[in-house]
Amino acid sequence: MSAERDPLVIAGREFSSRLLTGTGKFSSHDLMRAALDASGSQIVTVALRRVDPSRGDDDVLGFIDLDRFTLLPNTSGAVTAEEAVRLARLARAGGMGDFVKLEVTPDPRWLTPDPVETLRAAELLVADGFTVLPYCSADPVLCRRLEEAGCATVMPLGSWIGSNRGLRTRDAVEIIVEQAGVPVVVDAGLGVPSDAAEAMEVGADAVLVNTAIAVARDPVAMARAFALATEAGRLGYLAGRAAPQPTAVASSPLTGFLR
Amino acid sequence: MSGSPGAFAADLAALDLPALSSYARRASQQDVDRALAADHRGVRELAALLSPAAASRLEELASAARECTLQRFGRAVRLFAPLYVSNACLSTCTYCGFAKDLDVVRRTLTPQEVAAEAAVLVGRGFRHVLLVSGEHRVEVSPAYLLDVVAALPESVVSVSVETQTWSGDTYGRLVAAGVEGVVHYQETYDRSRYGEVHVAGWKRDFDRRLAAVEVAADAGIRRLGVGALLGLALDWRADVLAVAAHASWLTRRYWRTEVTVALPRIKPSASGFQPVAELTDADYVQALCALRLCAPDAGIVLSTREPAALRDGLVRIAVTHLSAGSSTEPGGYTHPGASQEQFEVSDDRSAVEVAQMLEAAGYEPVWKDAFSLRV
Repeated sequence: MSAERDPLVIAGREFSSRLLTGTGKFSSHDLMRAALDASGSQIVTVALRRVDPSRGDDDVLGFIDLDRFTLLPNTSGAVTAEEAVRLARLARAGGMGDFVKLEVTPDPRWLTPDPVETLRAAELLVADGFTVLPYCSADPVLCRRLEEAGCATVMPLGSWIGSNRGLRTRDAVEIIVEQAGVPVVVDAGLGVPSDAAEAMEVGADAVLVNTAIAVARDPVAMARAFALATEAGRLGYLAGRAAPQPTAVASSPLTGFLR
Repeated sequence: MSGSPGAFAADLAALDLPALSSYARRASQQDVDRALAADHRGVRELAALLSPAAASRLEELASAARECTLQRFGRAVRLFAPLYVSNACLSTCTYCGFAKDLDVVRRTLTPQEVAAEAAVLVGRGFRHVLLVSGEHRVEVSPAYLLDVVAALPESVVSVSVETQTWSGDTYGRLVAAGVEGVVHYQETYDRSRYGEVHVAGWKRDFDRRLAAVEVAADAGIRRLGVGALLGLALDWRADVLAVAAHASWLTRRYWRTEVTVALPRIKPSASGFQPVAELTDADYVQALCALRLCAPDAGIVLSTREPAALRDGLVRIAVTHLSAGSSTEPGGYTHPGASQEQFEVSDDRSAVEVAQMLEAAGYEPVWKDAFSLRV
C-alpha cells in the first residue's frame, strides 16, 4: 500500500485523517473548537445526551463546523440496546445523519461496553439503515460478530474510557487487526501521543482520542501532537517494520563484501 | 442486581465506625503517606486522610483530589436545580425547617404549579431537576408524584426525587414514569444519634431509611444519592467514613447504578437547631478531598447551603455537581417568599452567575448530561 494516497474508508466515505476526536471534558466549547482544528480530524463524535438544540447558539453542535467535520453522534449513557436505538433514531430525525457511534455502557464506573446489548443494538441499527461504528471490548470474536452484523468499523478499547492507560489490549488488537474486514478504530484509553502511534503501528486503521486531549494542560497542542503521532504510526506501519532480533546486528556487516 | 434490601446495615455494623474514627483522630504522618500512595483507597485510608495529621497537609490533599477529579470528570461541572414541591411533613426531625410540629406556612404545589416552577428553571438553563418534598404520604403520595413528573416540561430531561422513602413497587412506578434518580441522605449513620433527632414519623425508622436506596436500586433507579448532614452528630469523621462505605458498597452491589455523595453542613432553619459538631471550612474541605480520593468515581454534590467562595474553591478540587440559584421553598421560583423555606441558602448567585464563574475558572457548565427517560 502506498503512503502517498492512503485514505481511511468507512462505509464508502473517504477520510484523509485517521485521528477521530471527541467533544467531552473540555473546559469550554471555544477551546474544544480550537482543539478540533488542531487535530486535523474529520470525524468528531458528540454525546447525544449532551446535545440540546433548545440552547441555540450555546449548544455544543453550534461549535462544530459541519461543512468540515463528519458528525458521529454517540449513544453514551444508553444502558440497553433499545435505548441506544432510540437515541440514534432521535439523532437521525434531528438531522444528524446516519453515522452513529454505538455505545452501550451499563456500568457507570468502568463504562465498559456491554457486548450482548451492543451486538443486539448493532443488528437493529444496521437493519434500520444506520452506518454503525460500535465501541466494544477488545474481543476478537465479538469484533467478528459485529462485522458480520454489518457494522462499518469495529472500535475496540485500548483501555478503559478516560483512563489514559495506553494500549493495554495490544495483543487482542493485533488479532482483531489481522482478521478484520472493516476498519479497526482503537477507541478509549490512549493517554499520550505515543499510545496513538503504537496503535497505528500494530495496524489499527484509526484511533479515537478525547480525554487525553481535553484534559491536557494545553489541549490545542496535545491535539496537534496526537495528529502527528497518528500519522507517524500509520507511516511506520505502512513502511513495514524491521524484525526485532535477540542480539545486536551490525549495520555494516563484516561479511558484506560477499554480497 | 438483586438481594435482600437492608443488607448494608449488617456491613455498616461490621465496619466498627468508632474504631475507624478513633484511628482517624490519631493517624500518623506515615499513615497519611501510605494512604496517599495507595493504589486503591478504602475506609482505612479514608480515615487516615481525615486525620489531624492530614489536616496539616491540606494543600497536598487538595492537589491529589483535583487531579483525581480532572481525570475522571474532566473540566465539566453538572448543574441542577432543586424544585421544592411541598413542605408538608408528618415527620418530626429536630433540625429541619419542615418538621411537623413547627408553626410555618405549609404548601403543596399542584402539578400545574410544579410545571410552572420547572418552566422558570428551564428558562434559566436547567435540564436536570431534583423534586424535593417533606414527608407527607397523603399530600405527596406516589400518585401525586407521578402526576408531577408527567406535568414537567419536555425540556427537563433528568428527573430525580428527594422525598420520603417508598416501597419497591412505588420506586418501580417512578422508574416507569421516567424518574432517573433517588436521593435519600441518611443524615447520620450513628444509630443512637439518629434516634435522638428523628423524634417521630416515617423517617424515625433508621433501618428503613438505610435500606431505601437498595430498594430503589432493585426497582431500577439509575442514580442514587447518599449523604450525611454534618453537624448533626458529634463525630463528623464517622459520618464521612460511613458515607464513603455506603457509596462503595452500593457501587459494588448495583453495578449498573451511578452513586453520588454529598456532605451538607447544617444550616440555620425555622427549627432553631444548633449543630453539635462545628466543622471549620478547612475541616470541610479536608473531608471532601478525602472523600474524592477514596471514592474517585462518585459524583460529589454541593448545594447552595455553602457560601459562594467555598463553592468556587471546591469545584476546582472535588465537586462535580452544583445546584445554583436555588429556592428551598415550594413555589419559590415563581412566587418567592410566600411559604416556609427548608433552610437558608448561603450562595444566592443566579444560575447564570454560577455558570459564568465556572467558565472563568476554566470549567464547562454542563446543563444537560442525559436523555429523557420520560417516553
